[in-house]
Amino acid sequence: MFFESFAEFLAMGKHGFYVWLCYGITALVIIANILAPIRQRKKLIEQQTRLLRREKKNASEA
Amino acid sequence: MWEALKRLYHRMGSPKWFYEISAVWLPWFAIPAALFLIVGAVWGLAFAPADYQQGNSFRIIYIHVPTAILAQSAYAMMAISGAIFLIWRMKMAAWVAASIAPIGASFCFVALITGAIWGKPTWGTWWVWDARLTSMLLLLFLYFGVMALQKAMDTEENSAKAGAILSLVGLVNIPIIKYSVEWWNTLHQPATLKLTEESTMAMEMLIPLLIMIVGFYLLFATLIFMRTRNHVLWHERKKNWVKKLIQPEAEK
Repeated sequence: MFFESFAEFLAMGKHGFYVWLCYGITALVIIANILAPIRQRKKLIEQQTRLLRREKKNASEA
Repeated sequence: MWEALKRLYHRMGSPKWFYEISAVWLPWFAIPAALFLIVGAVWGLAFAPADYQQGNSFRIIYIHVPTAILAQSAYAMMAISGAIFLIWRMKMAAWVAASIAPIGASFCFVALITGAIWGKPTWGTWWVWDARLTSMLLLLFLYFGVMALQKAMDTEENSAKAGAILSLVGLVNIPIIKYSVEWWNTLHQPATLKLTEESTMAMEMLIPLLIMIVGFYLLFATLIFMRTRNHVLWHERKKNWVKKLIQPEAEK
């Protein structure tokens, strides 16, 4: 480990704000990038499931 | 070799094949991506030595450089996919291009914002209108333009075409970004990594950077798979194989 203590690690020698802000923003963007397609997939499957159910119902009633 | 490539090309053109094989591939990209990014970030943040001039702010390099490289190569891949769609009318290629655009834009945004944050303690300013920064900002706007065009036209086919054409025109910006630090005077430091010469970076700083670059590329591949799979599901929703996939859900 390069730093002597955890406090020093957090401080990054006066540059803590800049370094942690960069890593924080990047983490957020990565998480958003992962969640977006997962949510979209869920929505897609739900929507198609509903459609398929309705089609079946219509078919059995006719 | 040629035959194998041709076979792969034809398979890639089949949405169903892609959907099935990408399910197998996904964990092989996602898990290493997480491992590389975590190891690289911890190494870069806690174990690499501080830069003798910049101190600890240089640790921003471990996200700034990989995302900047990725934003550019993602753009090139998007343009190539667009060209494949224009020339051979391969729908999968259009969907891949549509998947890449938002991912590339978000990495471009990260490269710009981390550059600005890094610039403050290093240059004393968040932003300068020099060639490197301006051409990188142009790349972000090109991404936005392509994304807008991909949804702009009356039919999906025409939208994909328009997006592909803009992405191909915008390709001239890529070499401009690369050589901007050599052609014009700039605050931006010259390239740290060089393919043909020895790198200017010390080994213990360089290794985590390489790990991060690999990690970001693996993440990028994972994200393309995830998004393209959604495009496939949506466009093939009326096909039997997708209905069969949804069937067990519908019977619940």
